[in-house]
Amino acid sequence: MPINSGDTAWLLVSAAMVLFMTPGLAFFYGGMARRKNLLSTLMMSFVMIGIVGIIWVLYGYSLGFGPDLGGFVGNLGFLGMKGVGPLPSAVYATTVPQSAFAMYQGMFAIITVALITGSVVERIKFSSLIVFAVAWMTLIYTPVAHWVWGGGWLAKLGALDFAGGTVVHINAGVSALALAMLLGKRKGFPHEPMEPNNIPLVVLGAGILWFGWFGFNAGSALAANGLASSAFLNTNTAAAAASLTWMFLSWRQRKPAVLGAVTGAVAGLVAITPAAGYVTPMAAIAIGIVVSFISFYSLILIKSKIKFDDALDVFACHGMGGIWGAIATGIFATTAINSAGSGAVDGNWIQILKQLAAVAAVAGFAFIGTLVIGKIIDKTLGLRVKPVDEIVGLDISQHGERAYGGLMR
Amino acid sequence: MKKVEAIIREEKLEAVKKSLEDIGYMGITVTEVSGRGHQKGLVLQWRAGEYRVDLLPKLKIEVVVVDEDAKKVTASIMTAARTGEMGDGKIFISPVENVIRIRTGEEGIDAV
Repeated sequence: MPINSGDTAWLLVSAAMVLFMTPGLAFFYGGMARRKNLLSTLMMSFVMIGIVGIIWVLYGYSLGFGPDLGGFVGNLGFLGMKGVGPLPSAVYATTVPQSAFAMYQGMFAIITVALITGSVVERIKFSSLIVFAVAWMTLIYTPVAHWVWGGGWLAKLGALDFAGGTVVHINAGVSALALAMLLGKRKGFPHEPMEPNNIPLVVLGAGILWFGWFGFNAGSALAANGLASSAFLNTNTAAAAASLTWMFLSWRQRKPAVLGAVTGAVAGLVAITPAAGYVTPMAAIAIGIVVSFISFYSLILIKSKIKFDDALDVFACHGMGGIWGAIATGIFATTAINSAGSGAVDGNWIQILKQLAAVAAVAGFAFIGTLVIGKIIDKTLGLRVKPVDEIVGLDISQHGERAYGGLMR
Repeated sequence: MKKVEAIIREEKLEAVKKSLEDIGYMGITVTEVSGRGHQKGLVLQWRAGEYRVDLLPKLKIEVVVVDEDAKKVTASIMTAARTGEMGDGKIFISPVENVIRIRTGEEGIDAV
């Protein structure tokens, strides 16, 4: 097919918007960490732009989107971006240069690994995190991306995932849970308060994430068309509903928390991700309302009842939110919006089972894979910083810097 | 000479400054401090659930006075900083051996 300049322009802009989400996530996470770990938390996200940015063009894109090997992974046909240039692919995004499609997909890979870091901040050793990121990207992300988007077995099964609910959010959320299990809780958790150092940074980060998410979801139409607009509309609607819902939940408990309103927005964005191009705006409202209930109470269960230290609640927000989004897609997908997907509302109840199969496959693979990778790193390099380094804070112990200067203004 | 150190509520700073100014003490040092006393801490919210912070923000005012003014200064701070609720703070008074003005080298009462 000939290149369509409108589609190409939109995909390039979307790719830039998805890249921008990673520094946004860095702020979102960084503001919630304690002051002594602000820089290190920012860095855990930011460094992924470098690491994955290189892996992706070396072999990551090829393993994810190269010609299929048994439905499991791509082959090395696109090694070093060989043959990935100005001409469109015959298979993916056939109206834009493949180099634009490859870069767009690379931005998703970057933010997915960055998302994981939220559960392990304030105690993971930076050098070990780098090794983990390389291994996880190679062994977990690229196969899963292939299963869902690269023509692999989940795509053939007919599981619906518009913009990456399984590949990005369930994958990252479950991996975050596994890595935090290996690492153990932060010193002082849960009896000492872990006070966010800068909630305004969290709000800024959430705003950047929300903005970038339009590139993430509407860009996933891979064209500048009605479907992109539909995804855009649903994305904003679900985030708005979820943000208000979370605000009211915190209000009912005590006061309308700012941290709650922005967390709800992100949970809504997570949940609408797989559904964005398949559902009606009214379904988007329902998806948004429900996700805040699910994530809010998951968070209380995990943090307050079980006292498990997923530091920045990656599993409650992205794991549980992603799982709800996948199921919700099976419920609300309708051919009135997109001929490519129908769910229970169209009478296609079996779609819910297909969605559950995708959730189970990705969650199981991510959980076990992360445990194995993490355990090997723990036995060889050690995952955790020394106690004294944790007490001093990772900014100074890992990076030799501090977020705020001394007495001189 | 005496040093009067008063731990006060943040919102009482202007009133205390004014009351000290009225009795002739312009020179003060103010520090942001955290502390606890009988007043309970603050309950803050995480994304879901809450946590308690038991050190509250206060301001510390330091002013060095001549001996005979100590009572007057203390009374003036008390009037200005008092609400009658828990958390109004405390005043500490201690002897000062010497005071030296860096610019001129004046010492003792002349430098207060």
